[in-house]
Amino acid sequence: MRKGRKSKVTKFKFLKSLTGIQGLDDITTGGLPKNRPTLLLGNTGCGKTIMAMEFLVNGITRYNEPGVFMAFEEKADELIVNVKSLGYDLDEYVAKKSMYLEHVRVDSNEKLATGKYDIEGLFVRLGHAIDKIKAKRVVLDSLDTLFYGFDYAILRSEFKRLFSWLKEKNVTAIITAEIGDAFLTRHGLEEYVADCVILLDNRVTNQITTRRLRVVKYRGSLHGNNEYPFIIDEKGITVFPIIAEALQQKSSTRRISSGIKNLDEMLGKKGFFEGSSILISGTAGTGKTSIAAAFVYSACQENRRCLFCAFEEAPNQIIRNMQSIGFSLKPLVESEMLTFYYSRPTLQNLELHFIAIKKLINEIRPAVVVLDPITNLMTEGPNSDIRSMLTRFVDFLKTQHITVMFTAAITVGSIERNPSDEGISSMVDTWMMVQDIEVDAERTRSLCVMKSRGMPHSNEVKKFIISNKGIKLNPIATGKTDSKRVAKENQNLLPQNNL
Amino acid sequence: MLKKIPKKRKVKSKAGGVGEKYILRLFVTGILPNSTRAVVNIKDICEKYLKGRYELEIIDIYQQPALAIEENIIAIPVLIKKLPLPEERLIGDLSDTQSVLEGLNLIS
Repeated sequence: MRKGRKSKVTKFKFLKSLTGIQGLDDITTGGLPKNRPTLLLGNTGCGKTIMAMEFLVNGITRYNEPGVFMAFEEKADELIVNVKSLGYDLDEYVAKKSMYLEHVRVDSNEKLATGKYDIEGLFVRLGHAIDKIKAKRVVLDSLDTLFYGFDYAILRSEFKRLFSWLKEKNVTAIITAEIGDAFLTRHGLEEYVADCVILLDNRVTNQITTRRLRVVKYRGSLHGNNEYPFIIDEKGITVFPIIAEALQQKSSTRRISSGIKNLDEMLGKKGFFEGSSILISGTAGTGKTSIAAAFVYSACQENRRCLFCAFEEAPNQIIRNMQSIGFSLKPLVESEMLTFYYSRPTLQNLELHFIAIKKLINEIRPAVVVLDPITNLMTEGPNSDIRSMLTRFVDFLKTQHITVMFTAAITVGSIERNPSDEGISSMVDTWMMVQDIEVDAERTRSLCVMKSRGMPHSNEVKKFIISNKGIKLNPIATGKTDSKRVAKENQNLLPQNNL
Repeated sequence: MLKKIPKKRKVKSKAGGVGEKYILRLFVTGILPNSTRAVVNIKDICEKYLKGRYELEIIDIYQQPALAIEENIIAIPVLIKKLPLPEERLIGDLSDTQSVLEGLNLIS
């Protein structure tokens, strides 16, 4: 009995309509409320029309749901031209009767009120359009344009009626509106008319513009309530959410070689876990990029696709430099096993870098991603932002089962056992530190594994040798150095000691 | 807030002029109260002020939604003065006779 009741409860599912917009369906855990209106708010130029249009076009192309677009601002033919750049051929959909486009012109000066009225005319037209193509989706863009033509008080009550009318019509609707007038103000209409309210925003910080999206309200459903950055490019809209499934990620017991034999030995003799995250921090010139290159090189040999995100050196420079230590990356790039993403961090916002990288990942599906160096990204924005972005990004990679390696440059002063690297080290699985140490008056590169989750690992500080045959790790032998120069110097000292 | 239509002084002299023919179209939605009132009101006004020189067409957009699109109808009821030019639109149930007469240029 109890069991039966329980299953009934879990069976209830809030019906949702997928938008097909990358990321938005994750944030809303499955799309917009089905057969209900959603209010999409934002200022001019923040992407309302495009988002609404993408919702409609995806409905037609992916979910077999015809859609009506009522344009209050743009004329139908203008709209068709404007969205051509996104690859949408509205003419085709209109011809196939899967889309209905109508321009509702609102003139401000022509009308004289002579008594009571309502906007039933709009309802009639909308109903006519919906019936004509048996629409399942409707967009009204943007509703507040009506304020230019009609009385505020009448419109307020009519909007209420419109929202409930849309529900009766069993269509999933997006109604766009600018912030102000009736929406998101003190007497905000959105409070009671819509089940779902999404807010778009276009913000400039440090001369870099970022578009952001926030689900303000979603009745009866879980939703991400943060602000999420999004981009609009030739492929449409991409929202970058925190991946909720991160905790459900599968943890692999399979190993992936670091590409350095001695290092694998330090890491339980087998290397990293597949799908784990690795941080290499170290001062300048200690060979972080070389370690990353060794990793990528060996992964490619094992038939794993790699993505190398370079934020400091240009790909050609990396290829040239790594050639000198025995890693021939050029053929790997040519055979498309290795892909470079190169961008200056200052070029765009950090989020946008991640979105661009994420898109690339979805395209080439790599097994290994390298970010070199992550610290260059840190020059942008306050650190807490970056940490949360990084966490999200690492989560995303983990769900994709991608092994990720970051390098981080740290300054000499900060090494003193407090090199938490702005907190990145707590979110990585394996952390290695490379630094210059002094052994017998000799500057020596050293490497040690600071932590490596889930495996026995060596505590030894190893001498880290980069030669034209690659990378080797040797035990640090105090007392005898292999440098001839030092030996010679020591010899010179001997007679003095004898005195 | 609705703006009143600008007073067109040029047409003022012609207001109520003999022989000027009025072609009016009233768009309504079935027999909803506003619509019913509007029909009564406009018939009244026409008989009083335009006797013998008007054509009034009453269109129910429930039955002819295509015409609502063609004429870009949003608010209902709406009276469109097709002739004499310029075309004017008067929204509402036409119960404010003063405004209707002004809108139709029958008084200044």
